[in-house]
Amino acid sequence: MKHEILEKNIGWMIAFMLIAISFGTLVELVPLMLQRQSSEPAEGLEPLAALPLEGRDIYIREGCNNCHSQMIRTLRSETERYGQYSMANELVYNHPHLWGSKRTGPDLARVGGRYSDDWHRLHFYNPRDVVPESNMPSYPWLFENTLDGQYTAKKMQALRAVGVPYSDEQIATASDEVKGKYEIDALIAYIQQLGLLFPRS
Amino acid sequence: MTGFWSAWVIGLTIITLILLVWLLFATRKIKVERDDNTTGHVYDGIVEEDNPLPAWWFNMFVLTMIFGVGYLIAYPGMGSFQGMLGWSSANEHDRRAQELEESFASSISEFHGLGVEQLAANDRAVNMGRRLFSTNCSVCHGSAGQGGFGFPKLDDNDWQWGGSPDQIVHSIAKGRQAMMIAWKDILGPQNLPLVASYVASLSEGAAARNNISSVAPADLAKGKDLYMKNCVACHGADGSGNQLLGAPALNDDIWLYGGSLSEIQVSFSAGRNGQMPAHQGLLSDDKINLIAAYVLSLSADQ
Repeated sequence: MKHEILEKNIGWMIAFMLIAISFGTLVELVPLMLQRQSSEPAEGLEPLAALPLEGRDIYIREGCNNCHSQMIRTLRSETERYGQYSMANELVYNHPHLWGSKRTGPDLARVGGRYSDDWHRLHFYNPRDVVPESNMPSYPWLFENTLDGQYTAKKMQALRAVGVPYSDEQIATASDEVKGKYEIDALIAYIQQLGLLFPRS
Repeated sequence: MTGFWSAWVIGLTIITLILLVWLLFATRKIKVERDDNTTGHVYDGIVEEDNPLPAWWFNMFVLTMIFGVGYLIAYPGMGSFQGMLGWSSANEHDRRAQELEESFASSISEFHGLGVEQLAANDRAVNMGRRLFSTNCSVCHGSAGQGGFGFPKLDDNDWQWGGSPDQIVHSIAKGRQAMMIAWKDILGPQNLPLVASYVASLSEGAAARNNISSVAPADLAKGKDLYMKNCVACHGADGSGNQLLGAPALNDDIWLYGGSLSEIQVSFSAGRNGQMPAHQGLLSDDKINLIAAYVLSLSADQ
């Protein structure tokens, strides 16, 4: 086939471009999506309970993932600071994943249990109260806003549709579990469970 | 990786490489028989010349292809084939972690067999402890152990959970969970200021600051009565506290959550549940001992 035919017929051009650029996807993504090591949950992995699930959405809403990654790479300096490198099978219930690609602040993949709830409250209210040189914004509204639980059950249903094994009972009680709770409590519940599944050192 | 997906990745990778080689050679020069050395394409008067790819560019492309093939033989990349060198990012990580562990072990070999107290008297150990403290502890306890609101001060001789080497190591390794329940409903709202006044009266400094001498003796007696019924189990009759329970002393002038009347009242009305997270698992035993030695050294000269 002559190159000229591709250059002069936009339909052929599009078709061959799609073939060319799909090779990367076919090699890098398709096997990962379909093979067990990356799609089977780690032993003991549970779907997020209602409160931390709402906390996760607050994490996304406030853009935490713009400055904090949740992906510890297989580099000695990272495991020294953050703990065991991230494993694919502990993240299979993450939809979407929050790996992030920028670290203005530290990685949070295993921050759960590292600081007390009280510390997190002070830190979210005004980070400089506990870390004077911090440039993280303050989040005072999390201490005033409460959750109404209107969509908690629906979120769980949506996650179940993509393979997160929520039980009917969890979905039925989800709204009541979060109704009236402060956003800060949901966010801290989410933060405190991050990465607890694997040993830290 | 299963055999099928491995074959899939290998097959597609090889096909891609072959197609790239074909593309490179097939488009090197368009074979049009024209004597003016152009492709014959004209657009708005612009003529496209039919020159071969520059040799340096072409050769570089060929070299990268050869490099790519060599790379796929030496390193993992072809499905589940591990590469001839047996390199993997996890092995590389483990090797470097091992190196670090060995270098750390040799740097603290001189401390072998020394207890926390002896470490606290060793300048080098204390310096190592100080750096570990800055990294791991300072966000709560302050850069030099000066503490903060809700986070115990470590550079004095007042200890919430005990200041012996063993108790300090225990606090760091296993963590501590203080629990004072909310007393508001149990004591009754009208009694809260009375108890706050009595608690403040236990400490000379707080009594003076909060002007306790102006409180009616009957109120103070009522506060004492309530204290003796409710608070004494943890904080002691004289307010000296109980390190086994993490109940702070109330008869000194060191206040974890503030020593004004209103702060004292908020603390016992709403309850306080300070938590020290367990660091076993986050830090090795050797590092915990070094940090404990540094913490111990902070109050050694007092």
